[in-house]
Amino acid sequence: MINLAGRDILQSWGKYAFTGIGLGLLIGVTLSMAGIYRGMVDDAKALINNSGADLWVVQRDTLGPYAEPSSLRDDVWRSLQGMSGVAETGNATYLTMQVQRAGQDIRVMVVGVDVTAPDKPGAPAYLVAGRAITRSHYEAVADIKTGFSLGDSVRIRRHHYQVVGLTQRMVSASGDPMIFIPIKDAQEAQYLKDNDTILNERARTTANPAFNRPGVPGLLDAIIAGQSANRNVNAVLLRVMPGLEAEQVAQDIRRWKRLQVYTRAQMEEILVAKLTATAAKQIGLFLVILAVVSAAIVSFIIYTMTLGKIREIAVLKLIGARNFTIAGMILQESLGLGLVGFIVGKSVATLWAPYFPKFVLLQTGDTLRGFLAVMLVCTLASVVAIRAALRVDPATAIGG
Amino acid sequence: MSEVQNAHPEAILIEGLSKRYGKGDAAVDALKNVDMRVAPGEVIGLIGPSGSGKSTLLKCLGAVIEPTAGRMSIGGETIFDSATGGWKNSDLRALRRDRIGFVFQAPYLIPFLNATDNVALLPMLAGRSNSQSRQRALELLQALDIAHRANAMVSQLSGGEQQRISIARALANQPPVILADEPTAPLDGERALNVMRILRQMAVQYRTAIIVVTHDEKIIPTFRRIYRIRDGQTYEEQGQQ
Ligand SMILES: Nc1ncnc2c1ncn2[C@@H]1O[C@H](COP(=O)(O)OP(=O)(O)O)[C@@H](O)[C@H]1O
Ligand SMILES: [Mg+2]
Repeated sequence: MINLAGRDILQSWGKYAFTGIGLGLLIGVTLSMAGIYRGMVDDAKALINNSGADLWVVQRDTLGPYAEPSSLRDDVWRSLQGMSGVAETGNATYLTMQVQRAGQDIRVMVVGVDVTAPDKPGAPAYLVAGRAITRSHYEAVADIKTGFSLGDSVRIRRHHYQVVGLTQRMVSASGDPMIFIPIKDAQEAQYLKDNDTILNERARTTANPAFNRPGVPGLLDAIIAGQSANRNVNAVLLRVMPGLEAEQVAQDIRRWKRLQVYTRAQMEEILVAKLTATAAKQIGLFLVILAVVSAAIVSFIIYTMTLGKIREIAVLKLIGARNFTIAGMILQESLGLGLVGFIVGKSVATLWAPYFPKFVLLQTGDTLRGFLAVMLVCTLASVVAIRAALRVDPATAIGG
Repeated sequence: MSEVQNAHPEAILIEGLSKRYGKGDAAVDALKNVDMRVAPGEVIGLIGPSGSGKSTLLKCLGAVIEPTAGRMSIGGETIFDSATGGWKNSDLRALRRDRIGFVFQAPYLIPFLNATDNVALLPMLAGRSNSQSRQRALELLQALDIAHRANAMVSQLSGGEQQRISIARALANQPPVILADEPTAPLDGERALNVMRILRQMAVQYRTAIIVVTHDEKIIPTFRRIYRIRDGQTYEEQGQQ
């Protein structure tokens, strides 16, 4: 038996290819949407993995430091360092802001990290170029996605930082590339007041007789210094001793320090389930709409193509073709359209993925699921056309 | 008597065939007690004005509509008998595929198949292999003098060539019966006579009984035997030849 669908497609391949490409672009958008979601989740996981931490200690009753604001005194780490099972601690601050590069604003997450030792938790785990921050001021490690190169100067608030190292895939949960700077600088940047405010506060403190006591020299200076310096961080990142259960250490900290502690798994849950939940719903709904639109397009095209063949179908029935043969022809054409569309869609999605501002992760599993969904949609879409074809009366081939 | 009939069965035997469309006031009696017999290898004309019941007769014999009453047999085998429950074969598509060839006013070829495959499709539908089916198709194209167009697509063929391909298709499964509904209508005099010549030749060569429905005055003189039909009733008459 010859493949009727294949012959029909060959005969009208122009129309077929055109429709297939249109459908393919739609499928490409669908795959990209899924890829964007996967990219978000992957970014979140990279954020957790690359921090090199086993535990995150944050302000009580918060989901900090990524999903909610969290503030801790910057000496909390001292008491944590003393606890059994804790191998390493590192203060960290996170601040999303705009910086300038070549006259353009780019959105970055400025991360303040402990640079007193080379591998403190929170500092980038590996660099693709350059070196780690070694000076305690005005050096930065930037993610490659910021566009900065080694030796560039970045202005963050009032100071300039020299880029000494580059990272890859270090982005915030919302996809902004990171710039790491020493924590002291970061604290200053985070809580920096402008000059007028500082002058104003100084004047008010000086005018307050309770602070400005002639009999207590140095008091006013100490108070002013205390007001302008900032002693807070967003989180303390911990590494536990090798061989120890992170959750066990976390429980001790929760019990004794009355702080919130998250393990990697919990942090992942917060970032993936909570932070990306709305995005997942948004994208999920979008996928449903795209699937419905694709189904509508395929069924419309297949239905029109079938109506254009009604006479041939009547003849086929008259000369003895089975319903199975005719339904098979229409189904195969529909699936063929889906296949063309899918190949086009997968190709364009792969081609345009690098141009998206956020990371687009095209997973093989999603591709496979997408393929099955397209085939399912095409099968359903052919039902209307098949019904129309099976209703054709072979007597109409003979005419009146 | 019946032994003699069985030894030389009529290719087509129709007895007391009636067809009524619709019910009650809207009922139309398209065929009224029609009798007809056609021998193997014989080509007969079925001639009548528009609305006289010609197509209805072909549709009944072609097993696409069910007669209201009567009996029909092909090659000595009853295919329909209203007295004993109607159709004898539950699979009417197989009946059409294996035992009846159709030629229409327009060739109605499948546009996405080439000339050979339009013919080979029938043996294929009957379950024969692709190579066997194409072999059979090529033989027929040769017999119809159109083998040089074997690989042409339908759109590349002239009207006359298409009609010859459609005749080859009708013959593809070697049916005992071919039903042709105004096969010469779109053709000019010369071509129309040519198609008739081909049909006659095929009838003789393959022992096929052919009923040609027509009101084409040009070809009427070519029939030896004619059934005139008027208001659903047939009258047999001898042709001029
Ligand atoms: N499906 C149908 N329903 C009702 N009446 C029909 C139908 N088909 C044909 N008829 C009627 O039956 C009669 C014979 O029609 P037809 O066999 O098509 O004639 P012809 O082919 O000779 O022109 C006409 O009166 C026509 O109106
Ligand atoms: Mg008619």
